[in-house]
Amino acid sequence: MTTAITADGIRKRYGDVQAVDGVSLTVESGEFFGLLGPNGAGKTTTLEILEGIREPDEGRVELLGLRPWPRNPKLLPRIGVQFQASAFFDRLTARETIRTFASFYGIGHRRADHWLDRVGLSESASVATDKMSGGQAQRLSIACALVHDPELVFLDEPTTGLDPQARRNLWDLLRDINAEGRTVLLTTHYLDEAEVLCDRVAVMDHGKVLRTGAPAALVRELDDTVRVSVESGLITAERARELFASAGAEVSAVEDNGVLLSVATRLPAPVLSVLAEQNALRGLEVRGATLEDVFLHLTGREYRA
Amino acid sequence: MSATAPETDRRTDDAPGEKASAFVSLSRVMFVAFLRDRAALFFTLALPLMFLVLFGFLFKGATSPHVKVAQVGQVAVLDSVRGDERAGLDQVLTITQVPDEATALQKVRKGDFDALVEQGPNGQVVVRYSAADQVRAGGVQAVLQSVIQSANQQATGQPPKYTLAASQVEDQSLKPIQYLTPGLLGWAVATGAIFSASLSLVSWRKKRLLRRLRLAPVSVGSIVGSRVLVTCVVALMQTAIFLLVATTPVFGLKLTGNWWLVVPLVLCATLAFMSIGLVTGAIAKTEEAANGINQVIILPMSFLSGAFFPLDNSPQWLQQFSHVFPLRYLVLAAQSVLTRGGGLLDCLPAMGGLLAFAAVLTALAWRLFRWEDA
Repeated sequence: MTTAITADGIRKRYGDVQAVDGVSLTVESGEFFGLLGPNGAGKTTTLEILEGIREPDEGRVELLGLRPWPRNPKLLPRIGVQFQASAFFDRLTARETIRTFASFYGIGHRRADHWLDRVGLSESASVATDKMSGGQAQRLSIACALVHDPELVFLDEPTTGLDPQARRNLWDLLRDINAEGRTVLLTTHYLDEAEVLCDRVAVMDHGKVLRTGAPAALVRELDDTVRVSVESGLITAERARELFASAGAEVSAVEDNGVLLSVATRLPAPVLSVLAEQNALRGLEVRGATLEDVFLHLTGREYRA
Repeated sequence: MSATAPETDRRTDDAPGEKASAFVSLSRVMFVAFLRDRAALFFTLALPLMFLVLFGFLFKGATSPHVKVAQVGQVAVLDSVRGDERAGLDQVLTITQVPDEATALQKVRKGDFDALVEQGPNGQVVVRYSAADQVRAGGVQAVLQSVIQSANQQATGQPPKYTLAASQVEDQSLKPIQYLTPGLLGWAVATGAIFSASLSLVSWRKKRLLRRLRLAPVSVGSIVGSRVLVTCVVALMQTAIFLLVATTPVFGLKLTGNWWLVVPLVLCATLAFMSIGLVTGAIAKTEEAANGINQVIILPMSFLSGAFFPLDNSPQWLQQFSHVFPLRYLVLAAQSVLTRGGGLLDCLPAMGGLLAFAAVLTALAWRLFRWEDA
């Protein structure tokens, strides 16, 4: 397996803000890699440095064995980039837009139209880009990033602002793109999206990569913590703690946020029996740890999307 | 751009003629956007033309200062003018009999008449005028003065010792359409070029289209070149439409021999104006800001460059100051080649100046240029 992206110790400072503080990453060829973190974590700046849009203050980056900075015309046809904002030309239709982008890579109309078809926009080919819905614009923007068949694709929060149905449709498309052998680097602040799509993720906060690994492996590292939650007000957190202690149920946290009383534990059985004895099972939910718990564990604070 | 093997393969499955270079397709995109943008079409083509039509009609009758005089009672000197002299007098003076002095005065005050004339004692002719329009007041006095002079001279019974032989030199004085056409055309070209360069730079940067282009194997030359091409085509469209309208019999512009020199002149000027737009587009962060900055430049430049009226009567310092504006060179040189029989030598210095201006400002824009918002 060859390496698609290598980043080594990249740093970038804007005035007083250290936006990226020593990020190192390796993404293998064919991998679906996620860059996770809340807004302001440094994902976008990291992505821009990887793409070669910004120069890092320190560190080095290689894409497909080539340096992206300064602008490298040999590399550009091999990478595809999609941004959060849809960067389209004024007053063109979807078809005219993708054909224009295709022409930059010496690609003709037929292949361009084929991509319109693949993202499900052939029906809307004559719609002006400023009249398209958020989901349509997002799909067109992805098609424009893929029109030249790049080996390495960067996607910046591609599903932000989409309704759940459109999001799922887009996930299918992204999985297909990756299945065809393209390396995909995706930034997202939706942890569920990363769990569904990514082979590996890097969790970022404050400009640093806190942890890198397969989503399932990161969750497993949490010692298989299970979250049990019931409606708030059935039993106080304090009383629950006493009962768990006397029943010998090992819990790592008991919290009442006014809506839910939630208990984090490795062994849910004794916790459940204590709650059953107290007749405090209304609204019961038991769920395994997720990337959100990983994030909470890594940063010590709630994940804020 | 780079012709790697798989690239060449993938190019073969399309029919020839379907593929275009980045330069061609960017040019097409910008031209299509221009044609679909009603506001741009209005401001670059329709509005200047409306101004030409409006000003053309407004100033059409204003060439000879015709004055209206109210005459009260009999005025011997005026009444005695007969024959050819009478016809000559009628060309510059309309005399209306008004029954009494009070009514006549009232009408002069209101501006219905430029002056009133009545017989004074001892052969005196009394003229009373309003100072509101000094040019007309002066005109009335000059005309009446000359009538009285010639009457006096005739009264002596001698042939006049000195006579004035007046004949017009071809087109030394500009008729309105002759300065309106190059002036408004210059203004239109300046507005179109400055705005198109500046706004496409700002909006492409803001929409991240510049970033997208930077991440595609598109050369900066293709981006800049296509913008220059499209703006030059638009400027030539403006020129063609202006000349077509101005030479219709209604406006009656007569083009002189070397009028086609306006084409290279307009092209040089378009480059100069685009360079202004590149600078403002590099400075401005939003379209609104770019709009404001451009207007602040275009309006004074147009007035001070003689785009709306000739500068001949303006103060010396203002005429000196106008030398900094590229529009001045375009307007004067276009006047020269379009209507005054000017040749290549009359507009070469202007073209050189415009290109030099473009070079300096483009260099500045190059320094200020940003791909991204800071």
